[in-house]
Amino acid sequence: MADLVSDVMVASLMIGGALMSLAAAVGLLRFPDLMARMHAATKPQVLGLLFFLLAIAVQQRSWQVLPVLLVAWIFQILTVPVSAHMVGRAGYRTKHLRKDLLSIDELDEVVERAATKRRESDPAGQ
Amino acid sequence: MTRQRIPFITELPLIIWLVIVWGALWQDFSLGNLIFGALIAFAVANLFYLPPVELSGRFNPLYAAGFAGRFLYKLVVASFEVFWLSLRYGPRLKNAVVAVKLRSPSDLLVTATGHAISLIPGSLVVEVDRSTSTLYLHCLNVSTPAEADRVRRDVRRTEEWLIRVMGTREDLAILRTEERFEKERAAGT
Amino acid sequence: MTIVVWIVGAILGVAALCAVYRVARGPSILDRVLALDVLLAIIGGALAVDMAVNGHLDNLVPLVAISVIGFIGSVTVARFVTERK
Repeated sequence: MADLVSDVMVASLMIGGALMSLAAAVGLLRFPDLMARMHAATKPQVLGLLFFLLAIAVQQRSWQVLPVLLVAWIFQILTVPVSAHMVGRAGYRTKHLRKDLLSIDELDEVVERAATKRRESDPAGQ
Repeated sequence: MTRQRIPFITELPLIIWLVIVWGALWQDFSLGNLIFGALIAFAVANLFYLPPVELSGRFNPLYAAGFAGRFLYKLVVASFEVFWLSLRYGPRLKNAVVAVKLRSPSDLLVTATGHAISLIPGSLVVEVDRSTSTLYLHCLNVSTPAEADRVRRDVRRTEEWLIRVMGTREDLAILRTEERFEKERAAGT
Repeated sequence: MTIVVWIVGAILGVAALCAVYRVARGPSILDRVLALDVLLAIIGGALAVDMAVNGHLDNLVPLVAISVIGFIGSVTVARFVTERK
């Protein structure tokens, strides 16, 4: 009985994790610009890996493995936003962002203001 | 090479974390292993010098548990939402870059808030203005100012939770004044 | 259990194909890096499924290593793209 319950849990957790991977891939395929793809690509991975790690924990059925699985997940939590931010910033700065898809852009005016200020203080250019 | 001495107490959270990682990797939390891990952690923390993180010295485990629960809930909901959006709208999606002004001037809190926001699908930190602690977020499926406002409120609520978990006393004071203000305004209308 | 493994394998395979398509198509280098990141995550997921199905923990270190490689790779490329202009 306990075996059946844990098997069902492992199975559903694995399918959930796989679905999250699929979500990332489908988003990668269908979203129109880099930034939107980024949302789809980086985030579902976090939940997906959590599902997979939980599946391992349920399958092993011992408290010993829990810390190492948690550490693996925390490392992912710490690294994913950093790489997402770096790629996103690079995308914004190199104009990979499609402005026509944005309804509001509150960073644009700030960037413009900073650019004009720099031009005024340094007329010779770079 | 000159470097400023870090007091042991600010180093302690880092060392504890490193010891936990050590124990987890060996899958062995016996005393001997932990002491050996602590020695290595101490050596690593002193050999590979990092600028100290300024902690506030406060930590509320109750709110931390609440924050973790809220975070996991939002993570699950938003992950499925992004999946749904990619299937339903795909290429016809409107996004926005929204500026969110945070309350706290502390680097740690701004970083933690940005991290939590980035991990929850649908929002992503594009740029940070450290001098005014403003986050510029790229948000999926935001097309009206009202929706942008909702994002802003949500981010500020996340920050509120984090302040309650580990903010400084000044941040807490700001929070309290804000609450009083809200209450008065609610009573006034 | 075997059926579940097949289903999970199929989903991961389809996801990997989508990611590979984006790597080949991707208009910019950042798109490709992003897609490679997703591909690495899918490989990590496959390693985790192997562990869960066969009941061992041997793949845990490769799993962490893969996510670190993805992290370092995308940060490096993003830095170079930002600095270049």
